[in-house]
Amino acid sequence: MSKKHNGFDKDRRKFLLTATAVTGAVGISAAGIPFVTSMKPSEKAKAAGASVAVDTSKIEKGTLLTTEWRGQPVWILNRTEDMVKGLSKMETNLADPQLKVTSQQPKYCQNPTRSIKSDLLVVVGICTHLGCSPTAKLQPKGDMGDNWTGGFFCPCHGSKFDLAGRVYKGSPAPTNLVVPPHKYIDEKTILIGEDQKDEA
Amino acid sequence: MDRKTNLMTWIDERLPVSSFIKNHLTQYYAPKNFNFLYFFGALAIVLFALQILTGIFLTMHYKPDALHAFASVEYIMRDVSFGWVIRYMHSTGASLFFVVIYMHMFRAIIYGSYKQPRELLWIFGVLIFLLLMAEAFFGYLLPWGQMSYWGAQVIVNLFATVPFIGPDLAEWVRGDYLVSDATLNRFFAFHVIALPLALAGLIFLHLAALHSVGSNNPDGIEIKQTKDKKTGIPLDGIPFHPYYTVKDLIGLTVFLIVFTAIIFFMPEVGGYFLEHNNFVPADPLVTPAHIAPVWYFTPFYSILRAVPPIFNSQFPGVAAMGAAVLILFVVPWLDKSKVKSIRYKGALYKKWLAAFVLSFLILGYLGTVPSNIWGQIPNFIPFLGGLDLATFVARIFTIVYFSFFVLMPFYSKKDKTKPVPKRVTY
Repeated sequence: MSKKHNGFDKDRRKFLLTATAVTGAVGISAAGIPFVTSMKPSEKAKAAGASVAVDTSKIEKGTLLTTEWRGQPVWILNRTEDMVKGLSKMETNLADPQLKVTSQQPKYCQNPTRSIKSDLLVVVGICTHLGCSPTAKLQPKGDMGDNWTGGFFCPCHGSKFDLAGRVYKGSPAPTNLVVPPHKYIDEKTILIGEDQKDEA
Repeated sequence: MDRKTNLMTWIDERLPVSSFIKNHLTQYYAPKNFNFLYFFGALAIVLFALQILTGIFLTMHYKPDALHAFASVEYIMRDVSFGWVIRYMHSTGASLFFVVIYMHMFRAIIYGSYKQPRELLWIFGVLIFLLLMAEAFFGYLLPWGQMSYWGAQVIVNLFATVPFIGPDLAEWVRGDYLVSDATLNRFFAFHVIALPLALAGLIFLHLAALHSVGSNNPDGIEIKQTKDKKTGIPLDGIPFHPYYTVKDLIGLTVFLIVFTAIIFFMPEVGGYFLEHNNFVPADPLVTPAHIAPVWYFTPFYSILRAVPPIFNSQFPGVAAMGAAVLILFVVPWLDKSKVKSIRYKGALYKKWLAAFVLSFLILGYLGTVPSNIWGQIPNFIPFLGGLDLATFVARIFTIVYFSFFVLMPFYSKKDKTKPVPKRVTY
């Protein structure tokens, strides 16, 4: 039984009002979907994220090549023997020398040099702090002070990384630099953007 | 009746023009003791109008396209007749808008203009401040210079630090895997239509709330409490027009002298209003050696840099930066003082206010320079050895900044206030 007041059915009114409001809200939310999703990366932007092949034979020992993948800088660093040897001495200065944050490199780079071949390091040159591109300071000492053993320095907020892209303790950057998926399609050519399957 | 009166009557019967002018200008009574700090609200409105005007004319020549944006700004500067004046008016106007708004907010804080019954007025004001920051940020990407690009990169990546949904959120904001043409296009849309519309709406609400409760004044006295018994007009009130319209015109004249001096003699203000690196086209592969936001964001940017990552997450720094602005919303309820104006507050409150202003200025300065500017703390000092000295100082003043607000309920209650007079003073 509904209660009538002055000829008005209040319960019925309340029900109709609520039902109208809810239906309206659902309709407006549904109409909002195209607007919100239109802001996601377009099909064109997605297609531009394809893989890139790089010839590494031209990179001299101790030098860095910057290439572009998905619009981000990717560094290929050809490390000298001294540079590779130096990596193991760094551990006390680093935030995550054991690579515990496994999302920062593919499984096949989960090793002390963070690479497939010990001399060739492939990392995305984007600071894990807020996305600036660090500057290569490959040589020891210099303007980085006497304790510096070579690596990368982010000019935005002063994060430091070693020659395997591992972050120094006390840097604003929380994690090591990202090693992108990559594989060797022949002895000297790296394909960035695709995973290597066989090796662990 | 003459023709003019006839016409006015005809209009008034259809649109309440005369009564609006009476209610909001000629018979709107404002306290008679306003000092120079009360210029800034009016100046903010003039600047808003000026930014819209110059913005419309810039839009006639600017191209929101990653390939053409930088060149189109240079085209405005070199080839469009008087394009440089319009562009410098817009860029200088943006910086001075923040000068004016910061003074306007400082005024509200020292005279307690956020206190009952003006809480909503204050909240609309803080909302305007928030949107203004967003508006400035979107606008800064448009010239597509190095600072535009990397500044946007850093700010959009702030969203990526939000736990769980962060990376997807940042991608949605950018519309791409990096700041790109898609980002530029949408920032243009926000900058020229979405935010200006929202700002206009909020400014309307801000003024509607102001005219409903009436202006505060340097004494923090409610002039509506002492009215003339016959007329009902506040004894300490004077009509806004002509008294304050004329006074504001004087303020505007002085302001325009400063404004034009900057435009004609130092439009970049030594790299503070227009950063040097922004005269280099955006390059996604090279970050400039030193990244700093424009000066008006630097206090908040310093707070972001000062907070170290916790549990491998950048989010605490981002949250602190957000909190530094959002905490303003609750100030009306944090202040437990019996009096509004600083004139009748005690020494304790004044010390805290001084500490707050000092921390805001120091954080602002530190945000403009690299964090290693003062070198490192020597290694022999325990815990802090090796830390950048400037970072350490920024941490101290970040704590002072937040203490001003968080401890306000305690010190404002304890503070020894002076008796407030019945009538306004000068």
